[in-house]
Amino acid sequence: MGTTTLKSKVQKHEDSCRVASFPDKLGHFGRFGGKFVPETIMPALDQLEKAYLEAKNDPAFNTELEYYLREYVGRPSTLYYAERLTRKLGGAKIYLKREDLNHTGAHKINNTIGQILLAIRMGKKRIIAETGAGQHGVATATAAAMFGIECDVYMGEEDMRRQALNVFRMKLLGTRVIPVASGSKTLKDATNEAFRDWMASVRNTHYILGSVVGPHPYPMMVRDFQLVIGREVKKQILEKENRLPDYLIACVGGGSNSMGLFHPFIEDKEVNMIGVEAGGVGPGIGQHASTLTSGKVGILHGSASYVLQDDDGQTLPVHSISAGLDYPGVGPEHSYLKDIGRAEYVSITDDEAVNAFQECARMEGIIPALEASHAIAYTMKFAPTLNKDKIIVICLSGSGDKDSFEVAKKLGYKI
Amino acid sequence: MNRIDKKFRDLKSKKKPAFIPFITAGDPDLQTTKALILEFEKRGADIIELGIPFSDPIADGPIIQASYYRTLVRGIKVAQILDMVSELRAVSEIPIVSMVSYSTVFKGGCQAFIEKACKAGLDGLTIPDMPVEENNDIFEAAKKHDFKIVCFVAPTTTDGRMSLITQKSQGFLYYISVVGITGIRDSLPEDVVQNIDKLKKLTATPIAVGFGVSTPDHARLIGRVADGVIVGSAIIKEIEKHTSESSEKLVNKVGEFVGQLIEGAKG
Repeated sequence: MGTTTLKSKVQKHEDSCRVASFPDKLGHFGRFGGKFVPETIMPALDQLEKAYLEAKNDPAFNTELEYYLREYVGRPSTLYYAERLTRKLGGAKIYLKREDLNHTGAHKINNTIGQILLAIRMGKKRIIAETGAGQHGVATATAAAMFGIECDVYMGEEDMRRQALNVFRMKLLGTRVIPVASGSKTLKDATNEAFRDWMASVRNTHYILGSVVGPHPYPMMVRDFQLVIGREVKKQILEKENRLPDYLIACVGGGSNSMGLFHPFIEDKEVNMIGVEAGGVGPGIGQHASTLTSGKVGILHGSASYVLQDDDGQTLPVHSISAGLDYPGVGPEHSYLKDIGRAEYVSITDDEAVNAFQECARMEGIIPALEASHAIAYTMKFAPTLNKDKIIVICLSGSGDKDSFEVAKKLGYKI
Repeated sequence: MNRIDKKFRDLKSKKKPAFIPFITAGDPDLQTTKALILEFEKRGADIIELGIPFSDPIADGPIIQASYYRTLVRGIKVAQILDMVSELRAVSEIPIVSMVSYSTVFKGGCQAFIEKACKAGLDGLTIPDMPVEENNDIFEAAKKHDFKIVCFVAPTTTDGRMSLITQKSQGFLYYISVVGITGIRDSLPEDVVQNIDKLKKLTATPIAVGFGVSTPDHARLIGRVADGVIVGSAIIKEIEKHTSESSEKLVNKVGEFVGQLIEGAKG
């Protein structure tokens, strides 16, 4: 194919991305989404939405964002052909989108750079964030350090224990890490606490939510900041294979790396999308975090979506070995994609993820985050069932360095 | 006529503000909650705000959160709370408005929730995490049953939203006195009086003030300018202090505390 044809193909796909123009003005993706928060922060959400939509259409903002993504984050990240893994599995050709190669080692920084530029634009003097695995916390702390803005990150005590390395990194970066001891002491509770802080600090503070969850405009805005993943993949795969992939596979906690990968392909009907949730240690209550595969529609953290709740709307306990997937909710747009049948959602157990973690390390010399290990684990089951002419792209959302201690413990190593 | 409307009408003729204590349903247990409501009524409380515990309350501070947690850990269900309200209706006509998360209302369906709440004898709901523009059906459903959906105005509310909210709110309007979560505070923000005056010009709906109102002095200050005084965390803290004692003793002690607040509000 000549350059012109390739260019027009890319252009055509970029045009089709614009067609997928959810959400509506109130932030609804079909019956999902919305803004279910206390009145105190409603005006801040309106302000944020307005500022974001203005910034999005401001070439100066986009130029600045692109500058930091290129020069500071190190984008574009590579789309790497996992040759040995492909050969061993003996089926579809596997590519890894290397978000682990970004500065701070995960996709989270795409969003935090975008939001901190927005916070500066809105004149906010302080940043808060929630974090589960610590990757979003580190990415927020990093952006805050680089721009010299005060930053507080809420983190569940259980996650602080599991992700001690990231706690230290955030402290090194000059961020105050505030332990959350309420509820299950994990991501859900850290999110509650960040919202409570924002209730009181909303006038001078911007809350950098880390995933495509929460009240409108967060699911839309965080998605948009993560679209860079899928857009790069589209361009890269066309260059390498001269066609689009057959399957996109990514892990889903709140769902930001998967949405960033999926969204630019929504109108490309030949591309199948598979989101992989945390199956934990079993299907019972409190044993997993498979929100889309076993939850029901409810409200959590400001939006309507699939949620793991009881019949009174109380959040149920969840479990995953991966702190980043250990969350009872999911982004409303994923719920929408599930309902319209555009994406499929499956789950992978802790053990399968840990196995994939090791397999990827041995076969490709890449230690993936436990979150991304879920996507790899599903691919290890799925790829062998496909013909060799099929193409799978996995979002390798982050590096597994942060998980080394937890996996070592699980495997019985003493470090 | 809805009990809330009737209460505010009576109070208006007496030129007295309503005192509205908040308690968590089931803290420490439902029988004590029932006894507390009757005790508060005896001591002159006008309306009860009954909190339905929620696992992830974003607008609530540590005191109410802890009380929700204590209650949920014991496995309380919404149906049991409504049964308690039904029982209470045999002996009391005090207006009761429930504070409930939209998560809980949404789960079983808004229409069905209102019907059940109505049948049990509740008079209205405050749903702190449901903004007025999200759900018009719920206001319509409430109207049909002469039930009230009480809306919130915060110090951060813009003028445009303020007029929308004042139009929607039924029964009374809940003014959040502070920028922040519920809790005990030493003093009230300086703009409270000014903001209540502003609201009064926009609406004839009674205005009740909560969040941070903690002492008889606070209650007095608010009682002079607003139509209702809501105290939550300070009462929950008092309940927490006496949970190890017998139910009768707890009810008596908390009743005394609420009595002082009522004196403040109406003084």
